[in-house]
Amino acid sequence: MSAFFTLLFRNRLAALGAVVIMAILVLVLTIPLLPLRDPDVTATADRFMRPFAEGHLLGTDHLGRDLLSRLLHGTRLSLAVGIAAALIAAAIGSAIGIVAGYFGGRTDNIVMRGVDMLMAFPYILLALAIVAALGPGLMNALIAVAAVNVPFFARNIRGITVGLAGREFIDAARLAGMGHTRIILTELLPNVLPVIVIAMSTTVGWMILETAGLSFLGLGSQPPQADLGSMLGEARSAMISHPHTSIVPGLMIFLIVMSINLLGDGVRDALDPRLRSGALSRPRATTLVKRQGGVPLATDDLLAIQDLQTEFHVGRRNLRAVDGVSLAVKPGECLGVIGESGSGKSVTALSVMGLVASPPGVITGGAVRFQGEDLIGAPYETLRQKRGDRVAYIFQDPLSTLHPLYRVGQQLAEAIQSHDDMSNAEARARAIQLLNDVRIPNAERRAEDYPHEMSGGMRQRVGIAMALANEPDVIIADEPTTALDVTVQAQILSLLDDLRRERGLAIIFITHDFGVVAQLCDRVAVMYAGRIVEEGPTRAVLDAPAHPYTKRLIACVPELGGGRRELAAIPGLPPVLDDLPPGCAFAPRCNRAEESCRQGEIPLRGQTLRAVRCLFPERAL
Amino acid sequence: MMPALKVEHLAKTFPLKRPFFGPAPPGVRAVRPMSFQVETGETLGVVGESGCGKSTLARMLVGLLEPTEGMIEIEGKAIGSAGPAEFGKLIQYVFQDPQSSLNPRKTIRQVMEAPLKRLHGMTRPGRDKRIAEIFASVNLREEFLDRYPHEFSGGQAQRIGIARALAASPRIIILDEPVSALDVSVQAQVLNLLADLKSRFGLTYLFITHDLAVVEAVSERIVVLYFGSVVEIGRADRIFAAPRHPYTSLLAESAPVVGRSLTAPEQKGTELPDPLNPPPGCAFAGRCPRATDLCRTREPELKQMGEDQLAACHYPLEN
Repeated sequence: MSAFFTLLFRNRLAALGAVVIMAILVLVLTIPLLPLRDPDVTATADRFMRPFAEGHLLGTDHLGRDLLSRLLHGTRLSLAVGIAAALIAAAIGSAIGIVAGYFGGRTDNIVMRGVDMLMAFPYILLALAIVAALGPGLMNALIAVAAVNVPFFARNIRGITVGLAGREFIDAARLAGMGHTRIILTELLPNVLPVIVIAMSTTVGWMILETAGLSFLGLGSQPPQADLGSMLGEARSAMISHPHTSIVPGLMIFLIVMSINLLGDGVRDALDPRLRSGALSRPRATTLVKRQGGVPLATDDLLAIQDLQTEFHVGRRNLRAVDGVSLAVKPGECLGVIGESGSGKSVTALSVMGLVASPPGVITGGAVRFQGEDLIGAPYETLRQKRGDRVAYIFQDPLSTLHPLYRVGQQLAEAIQSHDDMSNAEARARAIQLLNDVRIPNAERRAEDYPHEMSGGMRQRVGIAMALANEPDVIIADEPTTALDVTVQAQILSLLDDLRRERGLAIIFITHDFGVVAQLCDRVAVMYAGRIVEEGPTRAVLDAPAHPYTKRLIACVPELGGGRRELAAIPGLPPVLDDLPPGCAFAPRCNRAEESCRQGEIPLRGQTLRAVRCLFPERAL
Repeated sequence: MMPALKVEHLAKTFPLKRPFFGPAPPGVRAVRPMSFQVETGETLGVVGESGCGKSTLARMLVGLLEPTEGMIEIEGKAIGSAGPAEFGKLIQYVFQDPQSSLNPRKTIRQVMEAPLKRLHGMTRPGRDKRIAEIFASVNLREEFLDRYPHEFSGGQAQRIGIARALAASPRIIILDEPVSALDVSVQAQVLNLLADLKSRFGLTYLFITHDLAVVEAVSERIVVLYFGSVVEIGRADRIFAAPRHPYTSLLAESAPVVGRSLTAPEQKGTELPDPLNPPPGCAFAGRCPRATDLCRTREPELKQMGEDQLAACHYPLEN
């Protein structure tokens, strides 16, 4: 709750709105205590007194009634009616929306078409019709304003509910024996409540205006009762001769609606989970670099990651996602990087081209050298030229990396043209050639498809074609087959293998699957908690793992052909990155750990290409 | 012995929207009529690739979807179109994504209490005792009960999902990809826990997955689905070693195995048939190296092939 207020008041305008509306609320709530005149007592002799007159701070109106008193009473009434209308509209509209969204199908259709009809009617006409049918009066105006706003809530809440009703926890609740009413009240309602609050906070101001509008037309509050709208209505005839009678209530309406809207926007921003997670704060074009310490010297590798350190700064927490990782590939080589979620393998890959989102990502040390040139801290233009051209990426889910509204052929052509200056026709021919290269049947025709028209395997082929578009030297593939079916996975893997043999591509292949690594990679590095714990030629690591983590992780993976059996497991959970234990991060889960494992830095030891970070390895290297 | 679960001619067709003019199209046949049974205490594995109808099948078995035709029998009792609440006491479901199967705004205690209260009408002290028992059996600490779902890791959340299913004291549990969202080192913890619970409570499992190695490690028998139909049923230790249906064989060859060199087992189109426009005959014929005109015109039936192995193929593989 306090986090909510911190967020809310970080928005200056929302804070201003909150202060103004609070001041108005305090004023109108303390009316009985204030030394005010009776708002309805007329004194024709004192009519149209100017503001700051003796005994009448804001002057008097055409019947000589005290304007200040009428203003405060009127404001109280207007606020009460507006808020009541908002509550009624929210309650009825949300109920309709939840029911329609939860039951779906015919119920949804009938209810929502009814709501649509209500919406298609000009709202002021509808309100007038309701008041005309029920007769003028503040209560009836309230009913009209609430009724007019019901569709807004119904539509909003229905949309949210449809999304929630398909979630698995609703199915789980049904299987737990809950009835529809109970599911709606205890499972759905708590989840849509924030949305209802947001919708209300942005519409209260509008409803106050609408009520004032009806009163202005003489359909709301009846004389002598004052509300802001009727005060304006009564002052209309004297607008030219005695403008203060219109300005006073007009100014109050302006203040109320303005402050409520500012506050409402603030509430919406603070409650919206996407805004809260910072997803809408635009990341920089490249990852922020704050390098401490020296820069390692160049090597003769094609791509070398040297002692890379990447951190995430979230609030006061410092997550060390990558902590001193060194990897290198030569042309035509395939390097596998294995690790579980949170091991830092994807962050390592994204750091290469400065693609880690900043904020919160920061590269704090090390270097990434492509043909000897350091890419960390390189100007954006240099990086942009190399991205996709020299070093290309393939991601896990091609559906989220391809643009849904462009044909795949167009997207490929665009990728080619961003690095090579060629005509549209040439780029298109090249795109079709690429689709052929990744063995998409009927490439000419499939180039006209949108991403959603293709199967997962075909989309991933387009992803690979995209990576190949500018004949890069290095491809970084981040779990490219995890989302695919096994038969498709086998084809994608053999495609990648062919490509690297034919074109001398270097591949960095990130995965959690030992089977895939064994089939595709020459060398493998195993990561745990942001560090490499073991590396070496694939066969050597898989046949004779030296780090206890590698050994036990391999044992965890069931292999086809092993029959029915008890599977090996590693007890415990991976460590939290902002609270890493001193010494070896795996020590708490390790059966070989001793006191010395829990203190001091443990270096990566061994020969070139075969090394392990362990004091008591399974076998000597 | 009476089978724990018996399914006969179970099928689901999703109707398509009727066009403005003309008759309604025939609809998408997500699950074609299928029959199988699961013995008490058995784990039946169900494998298939995305779009093969395995989730639709699972949702029908727990009553979340109403079958278009066919019958579900649990321990000899036919279950008609009773709602999920009736099913709930006999058969429960563990979801693929443990986080999204828990209501983010409810404490774990509220989640756990629902089946005890709604299905078994237990009183407060009875519920507390039962929750303590269940939590002990899935190795969760009782202090977790007052926390919210987002505070748990995937493995812990999946244990909570399993605990919730157990709370209903069902006879059968449907496990829908229960470990595919988890890390390998945690996967094995959950699989072993499931095996342990099965022998302790005499449960019967239907284990749905796309991971052949996992399904082989945990099941007695395996059903292979393709495009909404059963293509092969057999013993887990035999079916991938000696498949009779070419599709099973393709699956087994595609699984990445340490020490096997990389060969693409299939170079033909890998697209599944279009569900809106299904081919006549065998759905796999378009990808099958053995397909003939017979396959492209007549749908093969599930036939006995050797001891406890069935396959739906006109030209089954020889061993």
